[in-house]
Amino acid sequence: MPSNDLFVYSLALADDALILGQRLTEWVSNAPTLEEELALANVALDHIGRARMFYGHAAQLVDDGRGEDDLAFGRDCREFTNLLINELPRGDFAFTMVRQFFVDAFNVPFLTALVQSREPTLAAIGAKAVKESTYHLRRSRDWMLRLGDGSAESHVRTQRAVDELWGYTPELFEPFAAEVRLAQAGLVPDRDALKTGWRSTVDAAFAEATLACPTAAWSVRGGRDGVHTEHLGHLLAQMQFMQRTYPGQQW
Amino acid sequence: MTTELISDSSEQARFDARIAANERVEPKDWMPDAYRRNVIRQMSQHAHSEVIGMQPEGNWISRAPTLQRKAILLAKVQDEAGHGLYLYSATETLGVTREDLVEALHQGRAKYASIFNYPSLTWADVGAIGWLVDGAAIVNQISLQQTSYGPYARAMVRICKEESFHMRQGYEIMLTLCRGSDAQRAMAQDALNRWWWPSLMMFGPHDAESAHSAQSMLWKLKRQSNDDLRQKFIDQTVPQADFLGIHIPDPQLRWNATSGHYNFGEIDWSEFQRVINGDGPCNRERLSHHVRAHDDGAWVRETLAAYRAKHSARSAEHA
Amino acid sequence: MTTEAMPLFEVFIRSKRGLDHRHVGSLHAQDHRQALEYARDTYTRRGEGVSIWVVASRDIVASQESDSASFYDPLDDKPYRHATFYKLPDAVDNM
Repeated sequence: MPSNDLFVYSLALADDALILGQRLTEWVSNAPTLEEELALANVALDHIGRARMFYGHAAQLVDDGRGEDDLAFGRDCREFTNLLINELPRGDFAFTMVRQFFVDAFNVPFLTALVQSREPTLAAIGAKAVKESTYHLRRSRDWMLRLGDGSAESHVRTQRAVDELWGYTPELFEPFAAEVRLAQAGLVPDRDALKTGWRSTVDAAFAEATLACPTAAWSVRGGRDGVHTEHLGHLLAQMQFMQRTYPGQQW
Repeated sequence: MTTELISDSSEQARFDARIAANERVEPKDWMPDAYRRNVIRQMSQHAHSEVIGMQPEGNWISRAPTLQRKAILLAKVQDEAGHGLYLYSATETLGVTREDLVEALHQGRAKYASIFNYPSLTWADVGAIGWLVDGAAIVNQISLQQTSYGPYARAMVRICKEESFHMRQGYEIMLTLCRGSDAQRAMAQDALNRWWWPSLMMFGPHDAESAHSAQSMLWKLKRQSNDDLRQKFIDQTVPQADFLGIHIPDPQLRWNATSGHYNFGEIDWSEFQRVINGDGPCNRERLSHHVRAHDDGAWVRETLAAYRAKHSARSAEHA
Repeated sequence: MTTEAMPLFEVFIRSKRGLDHRHVGSLHAQDHRQALEYARDTYTRRGEGVSIWVVASRDIVASQESDSASFYDPLDDKPYRHATFYKLPDAVDNM
C-alpha cells in the first residue's frame, strides 16, 4: 500500500532528523566558542524543524489520531527507524563535525532528488531542507579541512573520528523494503544511487584535509529495523521523560 | 606635563558636558579611566550573565515535553548566546579582549547575575525563568537603552527586541501549566515559590548600600535606581500572577492605593550576599561548567590558529 | 582563543527594508569566510539581512573627534539639509 509505505518512509526520515537534532542540542553551553554555540544551535533547529515536518506528514498519512508529539515521544527504541549514525553520542568536536559532514554530504544530493518527488509534501519538505543542508555542508566541509589540516592534535582527533564513524556510513545507502517500492514507483530517490557521488565528495575532502580513508571493512546496521546501538535507549529515556511521567497533558 | 593636564581637564569638561546633554560616549572618545573601568565591568558582567544563563535553561532542552517547546527553548537559549556575543563585542570596543574577560570570570574577579546560581529543577522552572527572570531583565534593559555608553545602548536596543519573545514564551508555559492538571498547577506554584525572591534580588541591593550605584548614576550609565526598577517589576508582575491563579510567596504583598504601588516584604539580604559571594546552590557548578567547556574547546581554538598559519595565503584568496 | 587565531570582524547588515548597510556588532572568526557564516548565524536569524559585509576590525580607519572643527563644521552651516529645517502643517508632518 503506497500510503503505508509513505508513512513508514516519512517516519524514518523524521526519526533521522530528530535524533541527530537531539544530539546537536547537547552542545548547548558546551561549544568551543560563543560563535559556534549559535552556529550549532542553528543546525540543530534546522534538523528539529525538518523532523516536525516529516512527523506531521507521517501523522496525516497514518491518520490514527496521533500527532507529531505522539510519534516522537510515544514510541520505544524498537519502533524508532533512524539510521545508527545519527544516534551515536556527540563525542568531541571533531566527532560531531565528521559525523555532520558525512550526513550533510549525503543529505544535499538526497534532498535535491527528493525535490523531484511526485509526492507534493515530500517535494516541498525537500525544497526547504535542501537549502538548509547546502549551508550545513559548506560549514561541515570547512570544518573538515580546518580540523584535518589544522594542528597535530586536531588531525589525530579527526582521523580517529573518521575511523570510528566509517562503518556507520554504508547504512546511508541501504534502502529498506518500503523505500525500494516507493523508489520503483518514482516517488522517492534511489538511495543506493547516491553512493558514488557521496564517495567522491568525501574523498575530495579527505585529500584536502590530509585525512586517510579507512581501509578496514566493517559495518554496523539495523536502524531501519529498530535494531539500534545501546545509545538510543538512553537518548529516548531522557527525551521522552516528561511525556512518560505526565502522560496526556498539554504543555 | 602642564600641557597634558590642561588638555585632560578640557577633555573632562567636554566629557561632562556630553553626559549632561544626554549624548552618547563613543569608543574613541576621551573618557575618565574610572568611567572606562566601570563600563567594562558593567558590560562584561552583563555578557557573562547571558552566557551563564544558558546553563539552567539549556538543562531542559533535551527533556522539553513537546517538539515545539524544544525548538522554542533552543531558539531562546541561542538568543542568550547571541546577547552574550553582542555584549562582549561592545566591551571589546574599549580595548579589552574577550579572552581577558573570560579569564576574569574564571578567576572570580568578574561576577554574573546571581539569579543563575539557582537550579532549574522542573519544566515549570523553564516557564518561571522566562516569565520572571527575563521579565526582570527587560525592566532593567529598557532602562539601559538610555545608558551613556553608545555601544552598550545600541546592544540594549537589539537585545530588548529579542527579549519580549523570551518573556512571552515563559508566561505561555506557565499559563498552560496553570490551566492543566493538578500536578501541573502544583509544579507551576512550586516554581514560582522558588524563583520569586531571587528574581527580586536581580535588581541588586537598596541603592544606599550599592558600591557602584551612585557613581553609575552620575555618569548616566545607570538611569534608574535599583529600588525603582524593582518596584516597576513587582507592579507589572503581580497582576500576571493573579491571572495565572498562583500565589506569590510574600505574606506582606498588598496593593497600596495611596502610593499606587504594591507594598512587599523585605528581601532576605543575607541570602543575597551569600549567593553573590559564591555560596549559592549552583555557583561552583556554573563556573566549573564554563571552565570545562572553555578548556575542552582549547584545542579547537588552537586548531584555527594552526590552520590560519598554514593557509594564510589561501585565506587571502577566499576573502 | 588568541587574538591572532581568531581576529575581530565588524559586521554590517543591509536589511530588506533599508538601502544602507548598518553596523550591528562584531565577532571573532578565523577568516572572512567564517566571519560571514557566523554573521549569518548571529545577526540574520529573524530574517534581518539580505546582504552581509564583514570587515576585519583592524582594517577600519576612523576619524577622530578632535578633527571636527575642520572636518565637519563647514557642513554644519547648511541647515536646509536637515528635515527639521522645514516646517510642515501637522496633517502632513509625518515624513
